[in-house]
Amino acid sequence: MDFNTLIAQFVSGLSVAMLLFLVASGLTLIFGVVNVLNFAHGSFYLLGTYFTYQLMQMFNNFWVGLLVGVIGAGIVGMVIEVLFLRRIYGRDQEGAFQLLMTYAFILIIDDVVKFIWGPEYKTIPKPDALMGSLNIGTTVVPTYNVFIIVVGLLVVLFAWYFLTKTDKGKMVRASSLDRNMLGLLGTNVPMIMTLVFGVATAMGGLAGILAAPLRTVTPGAGVEVIIDSMIVVVIGGFGNFWGALLGALIIGEVLSFGILWMPELATVLTFIVMIIVLIVKPEGLLAKKMVGRK
Amino acid sequence: MKKLKDYLPWIAYFVFFLGILIVNPGTHYIHLVSRVIIFSLYAVAFNLLFGTTGLVSFGHALFYGIGAYITGMLVKATGPEYFLLFIVLGAAGAAFVSVFIGLLTLRLTGVYFTMLTLAFAQLVWGLTFKLYHFTGGDDGIQAIAKPAMLTGGVTKYYLFSFVVVTICMYILWRIRKSPFGSVLNCIRQNPQRITFLGLNVYKNQLKAFVISAFFAGVAGGLYAGLDGSIHPDMLHWPTSGNAILMATIGGMGTFFGPVIGAAILTGLEEIVGKYTEYWSFSIGVVVLIVVLLFPRGVLGIKRLAGNKNKEEKETEVVCNS
Repeated sequence: MDFNTLIAQFVSGLSVAMLLFLVASGLTLIFGVVNVLNFAHGSFYLLGTYFTYQLMQMFNNFWVGLLVGVIGAGIVGMVIEVLFLRRIYGRDQEGAFQLLMTYAFILIIDDVVKFIWGPEYKTIPKPDALMGSLNIGTTVVPTYNVFIIVVGLLVVLFAWYFLTKTDKGKMVRASSLDRNMLGLLGTNVPMIMTLVFGVATAMGGLAGILAAPLRTVTPGAGVEVIIDSMIVVVIGGFGNFWGALLGALIIGEVLSFGILWMPELATVLTFIVMIIVLIVKPEGLLAKKMVGRK
Repeated sequence: MKKLKDYLPWIAYFVFFLGILIVNPGTHYIHLVSRVIIFSLYAVAFNLLFGTTGLVSFGHALFYGIGAYITGMLVKATGPEYFLLFIVLGAAGAAFVSVFIGLLTLRLTGVYFTMLTLAFAQLVWGLTFKLYHFTGGDDGIQAIAKPAMLTGGVTKYYLFSFVVVTICMYILWRIRKSPFGSVLNCIRQNPQRITFLGLNVYKNQLKAFVISAFFAGVAGGLYAGLDGSIHPDMLHWPTSGNAILMATIGGMGTFFGPVIGAAILTGLEEIVGKYTEYWSFSIGVVVLIVVLLFPRGVLGIKRLAGNKNKEEKETEVVCNS
């Protein structure tokens, strides 16, 4: 195998990693701040792609579709948080009920998508501006993959800046540590929860839309992605933003090179990586506090 | 001397599942009730972990599927004479695998545990596709024969399933009523206290995990014989989700709740499936209603919020005093 193929495969792995990171960091954000394991997170990935598909049928413009898809996924997320999830916060055995409720939304959203758009595969073409390929040294890589990496990096930078440097970001971090105290200090905590939920589901939607031109759009895509991103989150360390990034990079590259070297085992490789990490470091690679048994 | 009331659920159980034979509504419905009773065992076994111990496993399809595949493959390899033995071997296989998965997953708690069990189940699901020569890939395994005494007429296999499931149910019931069952109940409510009492939470959870996997494996093996075919879908995450749904819809705090959940879920699939292919939408809506309005499930409706049943009160006194 020559050097150029390696670089091209590496870049392709990076773009997969960035998509996984967008989904996994949304999952992490919801879990860390709202304290909900959003099992339906993949459904927002799915909704984003179908909203974009619909808009592209109407206006034939990728960027309008992208915008509407992202906002749409965020709005649906916020509506679900306000109307349903909010009602079970703090209940006895909350975790089990959250799982059930978000699971119910997978069933509902999947069927609604099938009902509106049909079960057959759909395609979303790449935007014209990102059709070609770029030369990196002597290696040729598709422009679209570079675009995904750039968008992913922008989201990482923005999230880091927002969470560590702004007052609003400090409120979000504070609400993940002590909701009651923040509420007593006069902050509208339920609104923060709803907004965080909306931003995170919008990120999931964004990942789905960016992935759509590389894969096909099908009603089952949401579940595939939720399992991959859960592995990312488990590997990186639960509730840890940088852990999600590291985990996504590892899994992205494992998937990318796995398909090249061991096509038979590619889908199973990610689980094997996860099991190895769990045996060596059960709390995840970057977890600060031990999440294991007390 | 126990009161009649304590035996009412068992009486209802026998009346329903034996009554169907007397009513004899035809092959289609007996087949449907066969599925209900097999799912019942799967869900009750799952609920030992979920409702009693408080561990939300999202990978129970794995054990159900392993039971089914081992039973199916053994029948394919050697013929159906020892069908019952193969079911036991399938369940033993599921229990064996569950030891390793339990050792790894139980090191984490809460949602971490849930995700990990899901990931392991998906791993094995992925493997059943890849190991085509061994498992038949996405075709699954077809034409699994039944022993001569169980062939011809679905009623025979129904009765066989009923006897096996009832024995398993009784064992699970005794486990739940035993001191070990109380320990599991306490682990859900107050794991610290269990540690203070000098008991090992991890070991007891692992025992519950393995027992639960074993009986889920029995249910899988029974299912392999019912249709005579198995497929990778049995290992896929919706099958794991179904266990959670059945337990919660019926009432996760009760022993027989999951049986009612199994009947409701199978019934919904049958009735809604007749009119539209979007029956999982209806299940989603039912789950939302149950979660929001009847968190204690169908069997818990009669109890109002804060009004706990006798067993819960007793264990709460033990656990928290």
